[in-house]
Amino acid sequence: MAEEKILLNTDKWIDNYADYMYNYAIVRVSDSDLAKDLVQDTFFAGLKSAKNFLGKSTERTWLISILKRKIIDHYRKINSKKGQAEVRMNFYDDGENEGNWLEERVPQSWGNQSEKSIENDELKKQLSSCIGALPEKYAMVFRMKTIQEFETEEICKELDITSSNLWVIIHRARTQLRKCMEDNWFNN
Amino acid sequence: MFKNLRITCDEATMICDKSQYRASSLLSRLKLNIHFIGCKTCILYTKQNVKLTHLYKGYSHSCKGEKHTLSSEDKEALKKTFKLKS
Repeated sequence: MAEEKILLNTDKWIDNYADYMYNYAIVRVSDSDLAKDLVQDTFFAGLKSAKNFLGKSTERTWLISILKRKIIDHYRKINSKKGQAEVRMNFYDDGENEGNWLEERVPQSWGNQSEKSIENDELKKQLSSCIGALPEKYAMVFRMKTIQEFETEEICKELDITSSNLWVIIHRARTQLRKCMEDNWFNN
Repeated sequence: MFKNLRITCDEATMICDKSQYRASSLLSRLKLNIHFIGCKTCILYTKQNVKLTHLYKGYSHSCKGEKHTLSSEDKEALKKTFKLKS
């Protein structure tokens, strides 16, 4: 009973955990509105199952475990819903020359790189916009692996995918990102 | 035996991508190097991929330090909705 009372102190919940949970969500989903929705859904779900909280872990750990579930659900949704309609660029022939570069997608030499590789805000913006142009699930996995530098096992566990699945996504994301940077940064 | 060492450009670039995270095996790196003998395109891809890894590293450093927080308006709105539910 006492535990329930603590949990139902909603104002404290938000003051104490909302920022932490929002930060946790946004480094994974990279969309501010979506992260806010996930945090809100987590609080509602927490409220609904408050009586199941046994006090074995801290409130924050318990809430994060609910949030993790919400993130997996979101990943599954984008994986199945957009799976078929995904705008994926093919780079390799799937006909006679299976697995070889498609002629029109072959990497091109890059322009003056030393001048272009100065680390500045413009470059950051371009990198970010190229990641943003990826299908959502690619962007999500790529960010977790490359930008947040999570371990492969951790991502697989969090998103409930296999490691070969992860590497295929990383491979597709990187081929697409290389092309995007070539078109919009190095050779534009 | 040599047949087993032959890979497509798709497979070669996959190995190259995994190598960026130090996740490729010695055998696959050997296959990649054999593939390089006949494929200038994949050599170019690899060179550019290494360059991109360097750029993403810089990007990662500037992003990882960021702490994302909710605005006080967002928190107030959240509290309001939450009160209605509880």
